Amino acid sequence: MIHPIPPGTRDILPDEMRELRRLHLAMVDVFERHGYGEVATPAIEYDEVLARGDGRTAASAYRFFDERGDLLALRSDMTVPIARLVASRFAEAEMPLRLCYLANAFRGVRPQRGQMREFAQAGVELIGAPAPQGTAEVVEVLEATLDAAGLGRAVIGLGDADLYRQLLAEFGVEGEARESLLARLAAHDLVGLEVELAGLEGIDDGQVATCMALSQLRGGREVLGRARELGGEAVERATARIGETFEALEARGVADRVQIDLGLLRDLGYYSGAILEVYDPALGHVLGGGGRYDGLLARFGIDLPAAGFALYLERVHVAQMEEEPASRGGSS
Amino acid sequence: MSVEVAGAVRAKPDGPLKLAVPRGALLAETLDVLDAIGIDTGEVRGESRSLIFEGEGITLVTMRPSDVPTYVEAGAADVGITGKDVLLEQADRVVYELLDLGFGRCRMVLAGRTGDEKLGESERRLGMMRIATKYPRTAQRHFESTGRQVEVIEVKGSVELAPLIGLADGIVDLVATGRTLEENDLEVREEIVECTARFVANRVAHKLRAAEVDALTKKLRETTSS
Repeated sequence: MIHPIPPGTRDILPDEMRELRRLHLAMVDVFERHGYGEVATPAIEYDEVLARGDGRTAASAYRFFDERGDLLALRSDMTVPIARLVASRFAEAEMPLRLCYLANAFRGVRPQRGQMREFAQAGVELIGAPAPQGTAEVVEVLEATLDAAGLGRAVIGLGDADLYRQLLAEFGVEGEARESLLARLAAHDLVGLEVELAGLEGIDDGQVATCMALSQLRGGREVLGRARELGGEAVERATARIGETFEALEARGVADRVQIDLGLLRDLGYYSGAILEVYDPALGHVLGGGGRYDGLLARFGIDLPAAGFALYLERVHVAQMEEEPASRGGSS
Repeated sequence: MSVEVAGAVRAKPDGPLKLAVPRGALLAETLDVLDAIGIDTGEVRGESRSLIFEGEGITLVTMRPSDVPTYVEAGAADVGITGKDVLLEQADRVVYELLDLGFGRCRMVLAGRTGDEKLGESERRLGMMRIATKYPRTAQRHFESTGRQVEVIEVKGSVELAPLIGLADGIVDLVATGRTLEENDLEVREEIVECTARFVANRVAHKLRAAEVDALTKKLRETTSS
């Protein structure tokens, strides 16, 4: 007899579990070697605690009342619970603090898209280490993790979370108009972006061209120079920040697989400064991401810079399989 | 960020860049544009029943326009061409919209029977219009954003039939010349949005095959804007 489980959840059977376990151990081994201690937090938390991290996008899709009538929520990532944990348990600890996790998180799904409600993430959080060195350390751990997973071809995109917010402010675009443009940038709807930006009062062709050109600038170090040619304070600040991070990466010898990407914009509300995204040529979807969230801990009453990354374990597993020499025999 | 089941994300973007080409109304102009930028489309134009055409440095994959976002989102095709109507209806697909190609211009409209006030009367007396369409999500969004209540009825075939025999008060559909509407005694009441063909890219291909994608975008921009 078949007993259904909710769409977007799944059972994992021994053959897959064995491989996932091996992958998990390899990743946590890398984290431990870099000095990151593994933690676990409850899958359910008080809704108001999670909402503190990011009221908008990270808000849980699953909320319910407990027997006392308190509103509980299933976590949608690990960064917010760890911020809560650090503020509660490590407020007096010596910094920087290095924590890692492998945990399931939960998100809402859109109907008939085959999306997962429950998924596993592996990642690290580096608390109390400012940019650029803190960011560089996180990227170094990320690269070692990808190597341990057999994803030698994976690429890490490096961008700046504040670039467009500040650029649009510089153009005098505020409020709803700015949010709408940022949403188009995050979705990379360049046609809509150009039309909408050009339609705003007080925006000239040069400013439209600057915004469009920036969103397409990605590659090696040279893109920073090309960005600076476009001018403006926001661009100057963002390229300087990315440049510093890139230099710190070069000093650690881990800049080769990093692609500078001025078009990068992550949709989680707590990022500031450097943002990261991870791609592998064997997979059409992003493997994971991260970046700096220097303002997040302050929302929990402890003002410390922080950075981290999270990889989707199941996607890394798919990419790992696709990257095996045998399955890559023929191209396309 | 969206999260998919493991099986749905598999793709192998190695080898030549894969371009999803829409069959149907957009095909002829798509092939003309591809010819103009030096991609040989002779084989696609031929009698062949194949769906995949290997070319010089690029592979053309032909499919229904409404499948283009699906293939491109998964990375099974790196880039693609499809109508804005398709992208609007599948707005939740994560594809990068890089360029307005300008051709295949048509309008998404609300239409009702010529000289008949059924639409207005239903809205006034029943508080709700019944709208038949092949674009349920686009229609729903349009009426929501203009503060009106509708019952959207999805149909797959000739949508013009619905108001003629009383399934719906009006239709939301794509019109190019308006002749089909006219022949069925229907007229445009509202224009919702103008649609043209768009060039889209997979998110990972846009990052990892930046040079190829940018070169193709540039050539397409030069050809279609002249």
